[in-house]
Amino acid sequence: MQIEKENWSLVIEPNEKWWNLRLKEIWSYRELVLIFVRRDIVAVYKQTILGPLWFFLAPIFTVVAYTFVFGSIAGMSTDGIPGPVFYLSGTTLWGYFSTCFTATSNTFTDNAAIFGKVYFPRMIAPIATVVSTLFKFGVQLLMFFSLLAYYMLFTDANIEITKWAWLFPLLVVMMGGLALGVGIILSALTTKYRDLKNFIGFGVTLLMYVSPVIYPVSAVPDSYKWFIKFNPISPIIEAFRLGFTGVGTVDAIDLVYSGAFISIVLLIGIILFHRVERTFMDTV
Amino acid sequence: MSDTIISVENISKQYRLGMVGSGTLREDLVGWWYKVRGKEDPYLKIGETNTRDTKGNSDYVWALKDVNFEVKQGEVLGIIGKNGAGKSTLLKLLSRVTAPSIGTIKAKGRIASLLEVGTGFHPELTGKENIYLNGSIMGMKRAEITSKMDEIIDFAGVERYIDTPVKRYSSGMYVRLAFAVAAHLEPEILIVDEVLSVGDAEFQKKAIGKMEDVSSGQGRTVLFVSHNMKAVSAMCSRTLLMQDGTIAFNGNTDEAIDRYLGISEENWDLLHYIGKPEIDSHSGIHLAEVNILNKSIIKTTQEILIEVILKFSESHDMFHLNLFVLTADGINLFQASTETIATTPNSGKKILFRIPSNLLNSNQYKTVFNFVLNKSKTIHGCGDNLRFAVVEDLDNHDLLWYGKTPGLLSVKIPTEIISI
Repeated sequence: MQIEKENWSLVIEPNEKWWNLRLKEIWSYRELVLIFVRRDIVAVYKQTILGPLWFFLAPIFTVVAYTFVFGSIAGMSTDGIPGPVFYLSGTTLWGYFSTCFTATSNTFTDNAAIFGKVYFPRMIAPIATVVSTLFKFGVQLLMFFSLLAYYMLFTDANIEITKWAWLFPLLVVMMGGLALGVGIILSALTTKYRDLKNFIGFGVTLLMYVSPVIYPVSAVPDSYKWFIKFNPISPIIEAFRLGFTGVGTVDAIDLVYSGAFISIVLLIGIILFHRVERTFMDTV
Repeated sequence: MSDTIISVENISKQYRLGMVGSGTLREDLVGWWYKVRGKEDPYLKIGETNTRDTKGNSDYVWALKDVNFEVKQGEVLGIIGKNGAGKSTLLKLLSRVTAPSIGTIKAKGRIASLLEVGTGFHPELTGKENIYLNGSIMGMKRAEITSKMDEIIDFAGVERYIDTPVKRYSSGMYVRLAFAVAAHLEPEILIVDEVLSVGDAEFQKKAIGKMEDVSSGQGRTVLFVSHNMKAVSAMCSRTLLMQDGTIAFNGNTDEAIDRYLGISEENWDLLHYIGKPEIDSHSGIHLAEVNILNKSIIKTTQEILIEVILKFSESHDMFHLNLFVLTADGINLFQASTETIATTPNSGKKILFRIPSNLLNSNQYKTVFNFVLNKSKTIHGCGDNLRFAVVEDLDNHDLLWYGKTPGLLSVKIPTEIISI
């Protein structure tokens, strides 16, 4: 007797091997990412009076406050470049990270309604968030470049654009990858251990203070420098500043370290996320 | 290759009751430690069957336990059972919203659910944008949606509004648009979960039409979950009866329905209620017994016989007994009164109420009795004496309407049609 071989297109089992991440399936849903991105962007701007203007207002007020508090009152170093350019270069890239991170860490709670009804690879949701936040980032970047152009053309500030600027796309990908990785790790953990949620808010704030957003790495005392350099965000922000303002403390090794760190975080994130996504509806 | 399209093997699903979150870290670590040593998670061994109404001792319950069945290509399989029997859990597993605790499900092709109408619809987006969004969430390719766009818009009947944000839609337009997308999904396996309970008659007709189309026209497989026995009986060749997370019966639809209604009967087992004696000490009237004389489940097309046995310890020249029939939620439907009765001490009377056929609709009912002495003095206090259920007569299919006949009553009204 011959046993027939069945061609099952779908096999659902309680436990999957941790290395079976179904990345191919995520790729096959790439159109859904674009549609989610479009939804996020359109939905936010329709019917708001000021629309994307909000993207300008928040950084303007932040930079004014930083210039006043950290520059004028505390007298902290800005590596010899004008305060507004320095702070805006830091907050633009940092803002992208913190927005992505906060949004992706809420993946499961924000999407519970839709996840509870229909199946698609859950990773699509945080990936779409990271991509759609690029829009806001782009708008803020435009503002940074305008400010940069103003200082370069109309003042004699010591600003120059270096060849590090070519790395810019890579820096954005690294920032997005890190936010995605850390975000999905936390989203996977918070479905079960809710108290971690309280950590996210002040965690982001603390992380900003150990990243060179409001100060340059060069101003950090030597005894603490290793600590700031351990943070994978530091080389990204410093490289961005080196590219567009000509000052920054970074070398290739720092960036390679940062890239390796981000890859590992991302891999751990994907594995954890994949474990949780299959049963999170039972605990959320 | 056999024609089995879904194979469910030994599926069990465990849920944790009560406080989710406290102490789970410890249990996770214990479970993990057992797994590391190659043993079974101890928490998967405990747990109780999922009977909703009795209190259990364990924090864990099995929403599904050892469920096995197969579905063949082109089959319309009914799934029925009480609330909490595990129907929805089974569908959640099939649609991959959550994973089983034990067991394997195998399927060939795309599984889609008709209940997921409008999943992910965003109010700020236009009708067209939402069609793309909803279609993609349900696994359609962009090109596939584009090629069906005209058909979908036509089916929904919202051409004029297709570039308007859906928040401006009436709720009917919204549902129609959402359903139109689902209807054009063309999955190999379609799950229809209580679709008859939402939407208006037109929507229902479309949903049923789509189901028939999909199963008989295109040879696809349909899983139909419903509390509506009329629809199940009309559509399904085979039916699973779920009870407490297990399959109580798997086979012929009529038999499954009979068994299901049998389960319901246990909940209304007061069919032969012998009331605790209610004696009115002032009048000496004793309500000794109340019985339903129907021997099996009462159908809408049957007469209902209610017998009341009264005993008297005093004499009265004139009194009568009133029967009130109320729906289970307390709406008084009518009063039935006896003629005047005269009594002597230490005697009895047996009274029979005949509630005509084709009067009560399928529902659950209770009765209340009272006495009126000398046409003036009403004696209350003969409360909730009897409960009974009436079910729709499935042999009288009205194929245009699968829903419950609307209204409190199910009356046959004579009609005349005159040409003019």
